[in-house]
Amino acid sequence: MASHGIKDQVAIIGMGCTNFGEHWDKSVDDMLIDAAHEAYESAGVVQDDIDAFWLGTMASGVSGLTLSKPLQIDYKPVSRLENMCATGSEAFRNACYAVASGAYDTVMAIGVEKLKDSGYSGLTGSAPPSDGTSSTITAPATFSLLAPAYAKKHGLDEDTMKEVLTRIAWKNHKNGALNPRAQFRKEVAKETISGSPLIAGPLGIFDCSGVSDGSAAAIIVRVEDAHKYTDKPLYVKALSFASGPATGALDSTYDYTTFREVRASAEEAYKQAGIVDPRSEIAMAEVHDCFTPTELVLMEDLGFASEGTGWKEALNGTFDLDGDLPVNPDGGLKSFGHPIGASGLRMLFECWLQLRGEAPPERQIDSDKTLGLTHNLGGQPGACVSFVSVVGSQLG
Amino acid sequence: MRGIIGYGAYVPYYRLDRSKIAAAMSAGGGRGQRSVASFDEDTTTMGVEAARNALRNAQVTPTSILFATANPAYLDKTNATAIQAALDLPQETWAVDTGGSARSAEAAMRGARSSEGIAMAILSDLRTGRPTSADESNGGDAAVAFLFGDEDDSPVIARSLGSASATGEFLDRYRQPGDSFSRIWEERFGEQAYLALANDAIERALKAANVGLEDLDKVVIAGLHTRAVNSLSRVAGEKLIDGLESVVGNTGTAHLGLLLASALDNAGANEKIMVVHLADGATAQILETTEAIKSYARFKTVESQIARGNNSLDYNLYLTWRGFLDREPPRRPDPDRPGAPPAFRSQDWKYAFVGSRDRSSGAIHLPPMRVSMSGGAVDDMERIRMADVPATVATFTIDRLAYSLSPPVVAVVIDYDGGGRFQAEMTDVDPAAVEIGGRVEMTFRRLFTADGIHNYFWKARPLSS
Repeated sequence: MASHGIKDQVAIIGMGCTNFGEHWDKSVDDMLIDAAHEAYESAGVVQDDIDAFWLGTMASGVSGLTLSKPLQIDYKPVSRLENMCATGSEAFRNACYAVASGAYDTVMAIGVEKLKDSGYSGLTGSAPPSDGTSSTITAPATFSLLAPAYAKKHGLDEDTMKEVLTRIAWKNHKNGALNPRAQFRKEVAKETISGSPLIAGPLGIFDCSGVSDGSAAAIIVRVEDAHKYTDKPLYVKALSFASGPATGALDSTYDYTTFREVRASAEEAYKQAGIVDPRSEIAMAEVHDCFTPTELVLMEDLGFASEGTGWKEALNGTFDLDGDLPVNPDGGLKSFGHPIGASGLRMLFECWLQLRGEAPPERQIDSDKTLGLTHNLGGQPGACVSFVSVVGSQLG
Repeated sequence: MRGIIGYGAYVPYYRLDRSKIAAAMSAGGGRGQRSVASFDEDTTTMGVEAARNALRNAQVTPTSILFATANPAYLDKTNATAIQAALDLPQETWAVDTGGSARSAEAAMRGARSSEGIAMAILSDLRTGRPTSADESNGGDAAVAFLFGDEDDSPVIARSLGSASATGEFLDRYRQPGDSFSRIWEERFGEQAYLALANDAIERALKAANVGLEDLDKVVIAGLHTRAVNSLSRVAGEKLIDGLESVVGNTGTAHLGLLLASALDNAGANEKIMVVHLADGATAQILETTEAIKSYARFKTVESQIARGNNSLDYNLYLTWRGFLDREPPRRPDPDRPGAPPAFRSQDWKYAFVGSRDRSSGAIHLPPMRVSMSGGAVDDMERIRMADVPATVATFTIDRLAYSLSPPVVAVVIDYDGGGRFQAEMTDVDPAAVEIGGRVEMTFRRLFTADGIHNYFWKARPLSS
């Protein structure tokens, strides 16, 4: 009984990613077609070359028909997955395993979400009939619980905490300003961020990721086939997923300064990839910055900073584009918004660009390291699912 | 000997300063303040809180609940069943409503007094009136619960020496079902009708009790007809128990009980108390306290609850809470209605706030779980009621985006004394005053109403004692 991982067994040979934003003029179908065909072109394949499909979407459609109809797929398997905000990553993970198993030669993982058609602020969801006792507070409120708990545990006063959160938002917007695919493509002054209207707890509007539409896709083959398609495939080193017992709101030992699920999934991913010291071995990371305190806590949970020091590292620029370990070089959820099913694959898309040296020069990371990490989270502190992948440009 | 063996009152936290009505409307208002049920309270939830206060120090389990209100949360559906469930009383409990008029308070009180076993009368009312009306200004919201039983069950603290009633058919105040306000006939007409009925009932009650007016120690006079109550009060002189008009207002169906509770809060042994109720007739009753009242442990006296009131409530918020002001909601979906089968299945949790405790590890699960979070034992749980356990805030947030009739929503993660954690919504609190380490207690509330279904559940509020 053990988890083995599939290091260097499968590789990404092509990717596509739409612009993320308020696509009033584009339907779910349009975005799926655009992302899929960009991925086909990137990999140099046609749709008939794809043997099976994994579609991740939380609420923009049900069943494989959501993909097979707009793409006019001829009687091939299409799996539709949902795993909260980690949905896109989950589509990718399952697609990789299908190739590694030998069941298929060439597959596509694609994620999509259309949030802007609902007309509401923030995320909405449809829950099964319930007894009416579940918490009805919003996503920013659940993640804002991290801020006072972290500040108190590590001795930060309110102003310092706000400064840390502000800098995380500022950094991600600064990166996003350099990314033509981002929803928000301009830098935001720290005063604007810290002075923005409060949404939940100490979180202002600029501490929250945006609400957008988007889609992203990846074509995956076995490693031995990858060079038929590209000289620069991206090798999958690790895929891990942790779904917790959701006891944070029941268990008094949970202190709201960490995600136990993230620690478990990170540990598993590093084991699969053979990583001992993530801080020094990883070239870049795309993490789930749904809200600024999330990114702060993730820096410690992913092992990028030791416990209680993430805030100092954030303040001194460790995770800036030109820092020791760039985090969210594409601008993150902060700049892209968070179309649920697409975000995990959008993160991979940045690894695809950066590790192959194809990011625009103004944000290309100059590093001799070859590994990238994506982290995708769904749920809330104390009750979440967490995904970590490690991909690399070199075998071994 | 059968009589009152316990009681508890509930005066909601908020007060409306009557001067704010005149300030906003250039009409109405007056002096003093009235109590205001919060946006998440109704007559059922207030009834639960009063009953909890009555039962807090009692060593008895009621076998029946008689609930009276002129402002029921539901029609057709019995409201006392939610109270029975919230109090975690057994299925054998007979829980019924009486209601429609303030006079129904007498049905609950007399029914409980004259029935068998431990009977609890719960009187609750939430008084509204059209903006600037006398009813709006003079009304108040409150609930009260009285436990009746025999000496064998629990010491009787007050017994009835005699009572008499008179009934009169005349138009005093009236309200069509569905209306949010009452109509009132010219006051001087009602005053004459009431005084004649009251004098008749008082005379016969005194005779039945074989006491004279001069023998009385305290006099309680309650009724929604202010002018008649005031006229009658003159005969009581210094024995009159304060009507609480300036600090609570007239709480309609609950008022008779609220004033009696106030009298009992300050009564010694062997005091004779006359209680007169003017409501479509008149009922007078002579009570006598016993030696047992000296050792009776009161929980949250009327006076202490009045003292805790918060009069910062603005008039526009009051109007919003009562549905007189339809404000722009947040750009969020309306809450889903609770499903009847899921609510039925989780009745112990939803209504009684009963979690599960792992027999082997002792871990407390809120909501109850079948598989233990500590050790994984399956189906080895015992029920544990957490409704009366105080807790401490572990972390918190202020949600300015979530749907609420009265934003922002305050959410707290709380750790209970002795174990157990829950993420609760907090109520009756100034968002700026919430802090890690703050002390809280649970309160039964109406979270929201969707598709005609009231969603009842528990919230946290600042610990009051």
